[in-house]
Amino acid sequence: MRMPLAAADRVLRWGLLALCVAVLGFLILPVLAVIPLSFNAGSFLTYPLAGFSARWYLDFFTSPRWLPALSNSVFIGAFATVIATVLGTAAALGLDRMGGLPRQVLSALFLMPVVVPVVVIGSSLYGLFAALGLTASYIGLILAHALLGAPFVVITVTATLSGFDRGLLRAALSLGATPIEAFRRVTLPLILPGIVSGAIFAFATSFDEIVVTLFLASPQQRTLPLQMFDGVREQISPTITAAATLLFLISMLLVGVVELLRRRTERLRIPGSTVT
Amino acid sequence: MRCVLPRLSAWLLVLPLFLFSAGTFVVPIALMLVRSVQDPEFATAFPQTAVELRRWDGQGLPGRAAMGHFIAELRTARGTERLSFAANRLNADTSGFRSLLLRTTRMLATVEEGDPAEMLARIDPRWAEPATWAAMRRAAGPFTDYFLLAALDLQRADHGALISVPADRAVFVGVFLRTLWVSGLVTLLCLLLGYPLAYLLASLPSKYANPLLILVLIPFWTSVLVRTTAWIVLLQRDGLVNTLLCQIGLIEQPLALIYNRTGVVIAMVHVLLPLMILPLYSVMKGIGRAPMLAAMSLGARPAEAFLRVYLPQSAAGVGAGCLLVFISALGYYVTPELIGGGGDQMISSFIAFFTNRTTNWGMAGALSLILLLATGLLYIAYARLSRGMRLAR
Repeated sequence: MRMPLAAADRVLRWGLLALCVAVLGFLILPVLAVIPLSFNAGSFLTYPLAGFSARWYLDFFTSPRWLPALSNSVFIGAFATVIATVLGTAAALGLDRMGGLPRQVLSALFLMPVVVPVVVIGSSLYGLFAALGLTASYIGLILAHALLGAPFVVITVTATLSGFDRGLLRAALSLGATPIEAFRRVTLPLILPGIVSGAIFAFATSFDEIVVTLFLASPQQRTLPLQMFDGVREQISPTITAAATLLFLISMLLVGVVELLRRRTERLRIPGSTVT
Repeated sequence: MRCVLPRLSAWLLVLPLFLFSAGTFVVPIALMLVRSVQDPEFATAFPQTAVELRRWDGQGLPGRAAMGHFIAELRTARGTERLSFAANRLNADTSGFRSLLLRTTRMLATVEEGDPAEMLARIDPRWAEPATWAAMRRAAGPFTDYFLLAALDLQRADHGALISVPADRAVFVGVFLRTLWVSGLVTLLCLLLGYPLAYLLASLPSKYANPLLILVLIPFWTSVLVRTTAWIVLLQRDGLVNTLLCQIGLIEQPLALIYNRTGVVIAMVHVLLPLMILPLYSVMKGIGRAPMLAAMSLGARPAEAFLRVYLPQSAAGVGAGCLLVFISALGYYVTPELIGGGGDQMISSFIAFFTNRTTNWGMAGALSLILLLATGLLYIAYARLSRGMRLAR
């Protein structure tokens, strides 16, 4: 009586395992499958490869379309990140000193750009910016990307603040530090990992942003995602796989940094505090 | 002073982001939504006529004064851009109105002066029909429910009652249903694929679970465009998937996997699956193995213990994951735009179309309003669910 049950059990367990391996493969393999194609010597996006070559990377770094797109992305991303980080950090510090309804309402407002469909944000910004003459301008794109990045800074800084030992601040103040000194020498170093992770999230958001950019950018402000979007839509060339591989490596680099920072915060966290 | 200072500083710290969000988020969206109930085109070209028509009771034909203003304003508006906008607006209500209006403008110079009603009727008999004037009255503004109704494939009849628009113009209900259906299907597939994986990850010791979790996070972090590109490369006619299926003999002809709904669903599941797995994993981590073991030690079979003990406890995670995926799918734009087939667009594609191509702010605003309402209601459900989850732990 017991034996068949155990056998059925084993089948179930192996079935579960097989399904999970398949799902993990589904998640990871498509992304990885593009990378070898970017080194293909032939110009067809099919396997088997026609030989190894770096020609598509050469094309990426010499073409008059891809390189300016990369520099546009970095330029817009950098400014948007600075705005998002400064505003988001200040807001998180402010929210931390608030309570009750104002805090709830303001947090909800600050996080809303993540929830609202990006098409609605893009379309409405286009309407406003067209009236203000900000469409097809770097400033318009930077402001829009800062809006989309700021919620992530608020989230990460709020999370580091929630594990922050207020005793340290009181100790600094009781030892004669001015509030500004106490902030600079106690609070800031402790929440810095949160600020940096938030900044990386904000940069990654801008670097990856396509929908709002489609509404607001003119050919002059063509970013890397926009160039990819047009490339995919018109004629998918192997250079796109080189660009995709580079973008993939950049995002992996950014995740790596965020993960390192997270571990650092984890170590500094006072024991028993909760992560939200 | 000690009490006031921290509060004031808190407000000052929050203020910059508040002003920034107000300017780049709240105000633009509010303006767009207001435009969905505004009807400025006709009143801009025919200000006096619009005032007269708003006063008209809608019975029979409007008075001589209204028609006189109309003729005068037709003459001044001739050849201007505002006349063209007004003509477009009227044509959207009643097809053929654009040519009627433009022809009447040209013909006015040729008919002899006289009674305004007779002048207009001589140019075109439609000016003697109450329906023509009713259409203009509907467009006279300043506010209208025209766009909101049109977004639901409804319109007002001449006497003001709600009727469906003609079948050839009734697209939006179909678009909404299609959006809901695709989002629902994607959510269901994400749940079917994500639940077992989250279950396995949560039951493994973290030594094994953490590296596997990174495999879930890598696609989550990879650019949507990179992933969409990957799927186009894989699913195209002579792509890897078709080649493999042909080689192992499952198919003889390459399947059409892309530029249709199949491709959209595959790519959307791939993009949104991590959003399902992560909340499920965190809930399941909280449940732990104890309840299952307890049920089995009391004599339940594993499947029974799972169905009656584990599944109900993980319901909050299922709800949160499904809502998160469904909300994201509703407003999805890039993947359907690049992988989807023609004539199979979802709602966001139409919002972009009305914004970029036809600059029809009324329709863009009305469709956005419906999308925002749906997203907002679902998000409130999600927020309640995840707050409940946090309290339960």
